[in-house]
Amino acid sequence: MTNGPAADGPAAYGLALEDAALDGNAIGGLLIEIFGTEMTTATGTCGTCGTVSQVAELAVYLRGLDTVVRCRGCDSALMVFVPVRGITCVDLQGLISLTTS
Amino acid sequence: MAGTAVRGRLTWQTATVGSVIDETPTARTLLLDVAGWPGHRGGQHVDIRLTADDGYQAERAYSIASAPGEPLAITVERLEDGEVSPYLTQEARAGDEFEVRGPIGGYFVWQPAFGGPLLLLAGGSGIVPLRAILRYRGLIGSSVPVRLLYSSRRLQDVIYRAELDHAGDGVEVIHALTRSQPAGWTGYARRVDDQMLAEVAWPAADKPLAYACGPTSFVETVAAGLVRLGYPPVRVRTERFGATGQ
Repeated sequence: MTNGPAADGPAAYGLALEDAALDGNAIGGLLIEIFGTEMTTATGTCGTCGTVSQVAELAVYLRGLDTVVRCRGCDSALMVFVPVRGITCVDLQGLISLTTS
Repeated sequence: MAGTAVRGRLTWQTATVGSVIDETPTARTLLLDVAGWPGHRGGQHVDIRLTADDGYQAERAYSIASAPGEPLAITVERLEDGEVSPYLTQEARAGDEFEVRGPIGGYFVWQPAFGGPLLLLAGGSGIVPLRAILRYRGLIGSSVPVRLLYSSRRLQDVIYRAELDHAGDGVEVIHALTRSQPAGWTGYARRVDDQMLAEVAWPAADKPLAYACGPTSFVETVAAGLVRLGYPPVRVRTERFGATGQ
């Protein structure tokens, strides 16, 4: 087998590699850094479609140094984290609420 | 008590590699010494940070492979085009140091109060946090019934194989080998699908709790399949490892 996409990898399940998002578990450390507490069990409500999700279950995309967290219901960006000169810029405008348990 | 409340910010600590265990041709367990390690829960992970001589840093998250009370251990699968896994699986030796922060995670954890029966679904290296949960269950003497469905490419890729072969009372391990099977193999020889889930999963009426971990494609397939079998979504916990091409 070559080093190309595995025959039984994501493509075989009908998902393009770009779609293979992570979830909120993967950024657990970043979230503790930002919010000062465990956030994977926090619940977020999407400001666009109203879907309520635990942060651990949201779709997370790591793009270089940037992190985008999206609603699984409508794909809207709920949380965006961008490091700029040693400071993390946090955009939570996609959320209508974020509640820790 | 191990890893309950997180007080303040997480800090990067120095981890010293104590010893390494080659689990499979591509997976290695590293036992780590971290001064003042606060303990951890089964299912949690740590962030690892490597710093090169030129100052370049790479950070990755790895699930903790050991149970609460056991020394901190991670099991790393080598990715062909990986930046960090080739070092951890082929270069790192006892005495080497890198940075670690953790434990992290409050969602993909299990404790007896959550109940069961437990359905654990592992795709490739997704077995790591589930094995920590299994070891924890064994350590506390829980009798919650467990079924583990573990999908791997080939038999030689099965991590913790000997340990899982002797998983103990109340734990049933079902393997699916997706790419090739040894002669005489009578187990599943294909990727997980709805039919397999219907045969393996606890009936929804038993009010089971499911944990699915592995490549994103695997987790999405099993989670959707379990919901179709009547599992409430809130009773299916998921941890996605991304597109590792399992």
